[in-house]
Amino acid sequence: MPLDLVTVEGLSFSYNAAQVLRDVSFRVGSGDYLGIVGPNGSGKSTLVKAVLGLVRPDGGKVTVFGAPPEQFREWHRVGYLPQRLKFFNPAFPATVEEIVRLGLLGGKRFPKRRSAGDDEAVERTLGYMGIAEIRRKLIGELSGGQQQRTLLARALVSEPQLLILDEPTTALDPETRENFYQLLHHINGEHGTTIVLVTHDTWSIGRYASRFLYVDKRIVFDGTFDAFCQSEEMTTFFGEHAQHAICHQH
Amino acid sequence: MAFTEILGYGFIQRALVAGTLIAVLCSVLGVFLVLRRLSLIGDGLAHVTFGSVALALFLRVNPLFVTVAAIPLVLLSSLGILRLTDRARLYGDAAIGIVSSLGIASGVLLASVAGGFNIDLFSYLFGNILAVSTVDLLVAGALFLFVVLVVSLFYHDLFAITFDEELAESSGINTGAINTLLVLVTALSVVLAMKVVGIMLVSSLLIIPAVSALQVAHGFRSAILLSALFAAGAVVAGIFGSIALNLPAGASIVAANFLVLAAVFLCRKLRPHA
Repeated sequence: MPLDLVTVEGLSFSYNAAQVLRDVSFRVGSGDYLGIVGPNGSGKSTLVKAVLGLVRPDGGKVTVFGAPPEQFREWHRVGYLPQRLKFFNPAFPATVEEIVRLGLLGGKRFPKRRSAGDDEAVERTLGYMGIAEIRRKLIGELSGGQQQRTLLARALVSEPQLLILDEPTTALDPETRENFYQLLHHINGEHGTTIVLVTHDTWSIGRYASRFLYVDKRIVFDGTFDAFCQSEEMTTFFGEHAQHAICHQH
Repeated sequence: MAFTEILGYGFIQRALVAGTLIAVLCSVLGVFLVLRRLSLIGDGLAHVTFGSVALALFLRVNPLFVTVAAIPLVLLSSLGILRLTDRARLYGDAAIGIVSSLGIASGVLLASVAGGFNIDLFSYLFGNILAVSTVDLLVAGALFLFVVLVVSLFYHDLFAITFDEELAESSGINTGAINTLLVLVTALSVVLAMKVVGIMLVSSLLIIPAVSALQVAHGFRSAILLSALFAAGAVVAGIFGSIALNLPAGASIVAANFLVLAAVFLCRKLRPHA
């Protein structure tokens, strides 16, 4: 039986006594393209952070490649693109290449040193992401789309088996957003990279993700997008109009 | 007095070497602190140093070793700032303010209780780099090597955390340990820097060269190298300027740093846009 890359069992989490997640359970298998959607404040980002070990749940169990996040050491197997950088400083004096190189730290042990293999990986990733020509530009000099490509390159440079993205297209124009989703589709389809994508963009989930999780402090739905759109249970839960709007039937 | 003649004096040589070493390590750390919006941590720890020096004098520590004796309390205070920020959920600047106030108040109280000291406690406020002793120079050299080694060994982790702490943590970096390391080496540097520019002006050595470098650096590594270069240049210019103009050396070094910053801003303004 193939190893589940991520398992979440009975996860609960509260912020200052306010329940954010309650009894959440799901698995992510190798090669999955899992979309996680839900309203604002539904706990989607918290769920992702619990998987990455960035927050400690109040209850339940999380494993990443079979190990609890706090014991997991092979973080080069996981690429992460956060919702937004916490204190992003447009004047930060780092070049595109320097930032992409940061993605290789997860696979290094102390003392962390640059190796010849690093240079090849960075070259390859810059080329793949189409940002080789801007490698010496500072992060603050880039457009929104170029910044996202740079951060995605940083997440991909270690050739992770699991890529976790938290609302990566929020600041992108429609054309750039579509290009971004096509790139993710290619990464999943051609390279077999497992993708977990948190998004408000249910339309794109419907077109690209193999599985769809609707989260509203708990798992409301776990299945394919088509099954969601045809589910009478979901019609009852959301109401027919809301379900139709989410499914963007065209 | 001729330039070469000035350089012949032992106290000038010690001042130049110690000043450059201390300024360089402060300026390197300053790049990380400024980008993480922890610029005022130097100010806070400097105020704690005032209290630590007062305690050392109160306990009748040999004046030659007061700087070294102040180190443990300043290190503890730096950890206290981190703890207050994490556990008490204070903003970093509030935590710095609390520890800083306690440091100054402790110093003043101790001086009052002691009925004054043989050494003028308040002379530590403005430093006296021209009175650097051989012991001070050796301590400066040792701590310089230590801080350079630490920054060199942990450069990638420090860079990653400075760029984005959460992203760094998701790469498996022990951000708690690295943050602790950063504040501890900053504390050490602040205690050393007290001798150069005094408690009141220490934060300038952490902040100004870093800000100057960040205006023109193209890349993170070059920001660190430029910061060190600007800091070293300002020390040399400040010391010689103070001798030529008969001005306090510490303040002259800070003024030289500021002139470098002004020059960098001017160059940026005058630089033709691409």
